[in-house]
Amino acid sequence: MLNYVLRRIAIAIPTILLLVVISFVLMYAAPGGPFNSERPLPAQVMANIEARYGLDQPYWKQMANYVWNVVVHFDFGPSFQYRDRTVNDVIAQGFPVTLTYGFWSFIFALVVGVALGAAAAIKHNSWLDYLAVGISIGAQVLPNFVMAPILVLVFTLWLGWLPGGGWQGGQIEYLILPVIALSTSYMASIARITRSSMLEVLNAGFIRTARAKGLPTSRIIWKHALKPTMLPVLSYLGPAFVGMITGSVIIDVFFSTGGIGQFFVNSAFNRDYSVIMGITILVGVLTVTFNLVVDLLYAWIDPKIRY
Amino acid sequence: MALLDIEDLRVTFTTGDGEVNAVNGVNFSIEEGETLAIVGESGSGKSQTAFAAMGLLARNGRATGQIRYDGRNLLELKQKELNRVRSEEIGMIFQDPMTSLNPYMRISEQMAEVLTLHKGLSKKAAIDEATKMLDAVKIPDAKNRITMFPHEFSGGMRQRIMIAMALLCQPRLLIADEPTTALDVTVQAQIMELMAEIRQEFGTAIILITHDLGIVADTCERTLVMYGGQIMEKGPTEQLFERPTHPYTLGLLRAVPRIDRDDETLSTIAGEPPDMSSLPKGCPFTPRCSFAHGPCPTVRPELVPADGFPALRRACHAPVAEVK
Repeated sequence: MLNYVLRRIAIAIPTILLLVVISFVLMYAAPGGPFNSERPLPAQVMANIEARYGLDQPYWKQMANYVWNVVVHFDFGPSFQYRDRTVNDVIAQGFPVTLTYGFWSFIFALVVGVALGAAAAIKHNSWLDYLAVGISIGAQVLPNFVMAPILVLVFTLWLGWLPGGGWQGGQIEYLILPVIALSTSYMASIARITRSSMLEVLNAGFIRTARAKGLPTSRIIWKHALKPTMLPVLSYLGPAFVGMITGSVIIDVFFSTGGIGQFFVNSAFNRDYSVIMGITILVGVLTVTFNLVVDLLYAWIDPKIRY
Repeated sequence: MALLDIEDLRVTFTTGDGEVNAVNGVNFSIEEGETLAIVGESGSGKSQTAFAAMGLLARNGRATGQIRYDGRNLLELKQKELNRVRSEEIGMIFQDPMTSLNPYMRISEQMAEVLTLHKGLSKKAAIDEATKMLDAVKIPDAKNRITMFPHEFSGGMRQRIMIAMALLCQPRLLIADEPTTALDVTVQAQIMELMAEIRQEFGTAIILITHDLGIVADTCERTLVMYGGQIMEKGPTEQLFERPTHPYTLGLLRAVPRIDRDDETLSTIAGEPPDMSSLPKGCPFTPRCSFAHGPCPTVRPELVPADGFPALRRACHAPVAEVK
């Protein structure tokens, strides 16, 4: 087991280096640079600025320096856009916000999605099933950039229950709308996967055995059916979790939450190379980590999987 | 009074293509401590008869008639009462031991939950009890192996575990639905031997559902032959097999490969099992029966005493007079 984890971490290192190289190449392949503007700077000024940020060096050297600083000093470099801030500052400011609403979105999507999907499967072909399927299709076809304005329209402008934006240190009333807007489509997918998975599990021989043993339905569902039902859900949850905790520019822009999603998109527009790289690496590391977590959870659920 | 008494049992499945009548008016009973075999081809309704008794029909299935156990009609029990009958009164084992045990739970947990639930034992006492039962079905090193998962056992061992699990509450009736079909021949014999021992030791009545006539001849006192969801013939196994007079029973027996005869080809019953969604009005076996005549396609034969064998009941208009 420990061996397996170490081996996976060893594989993760070249994966992330490859990610760095590809992002670097793509970034520099895009025309323009961080200091281009409508009115070109005098050549001498431009040269000075580029020297200051090391942009005059050959690409391979820039990349090597960058990797060296990240690995050895854990320093993602200065932001090109925000003059007095480093990438570490930007991430330290934005990531906790994203992590907060992303985490609650994940919990919400997981709990509601699994409950809805399981209920639909247990009451297959009943009104509850049709309702659950209806809800999940509805949630799936409403992307968050449609969801968000509808939520604000209803809960802020009509009902006046919740603030339409802002963060205020993540107080609950500022959290609810972003969480719902971000999680509904994930919730819908989880409900759909759970439903079809559980329908299959409920037809399995061992569920018939459990019934023949005289176990009450609740115990059959919780003790016998839920674990195997979660296997296909789990493979969806890994990437979904990363997707949620790394946020969404829609949520950040629409609710002015100030998470890294917004910084990420702005940095792409402004060719803020170091912020792009920093956030890309963050997402990459999180993805690799949670894929590993999912694989370990597989082994926990299915005793036939041993590493 | 019979232990289990089934009267006019009908099982119907509602499908997209209409109603499928899997069991059509089956009557039989089993006494305390008796062994009864139900034989027939796939789709003859033998398994569905057992599932109906245990309330295990698929969601689209419906059973009518009477299944009386100890004077109570199992078909009318509330879910809670039925759950008490399951395991405590009637145990059941299934065809495929690979899939009937939960692959995600330890054997100890799967067995102990039966006892904690039905007998109110503590978890520890339940595991002790379960270990004893595994010893009884000859699982070697049961004390240590009980904490293992199903995939760590062979098919035969898993079926032993299933049997042990079904017997935990000492039910008076064990329904075995093709318990050896998925197993190797040598393992089949061991499992049948085990079932015979169990019957001796616990006095459990056994309903054995199978298509293996060899097993039936060796182990069961009475046999019931089903076809098209109906009983074709029933009676003491010996009489039934010694001089088969029902064309279907005869066909079944002839289809058993014999090593002591020099047959070139394996004998089969020509034709295919009937379409259960549109059974003929008369005897369902008519299209495949070489003895069929006048009333066969239109009049359903009654299950009546057979000539010369008062213990036999046969549903046939054209019993075979002479067996070649």
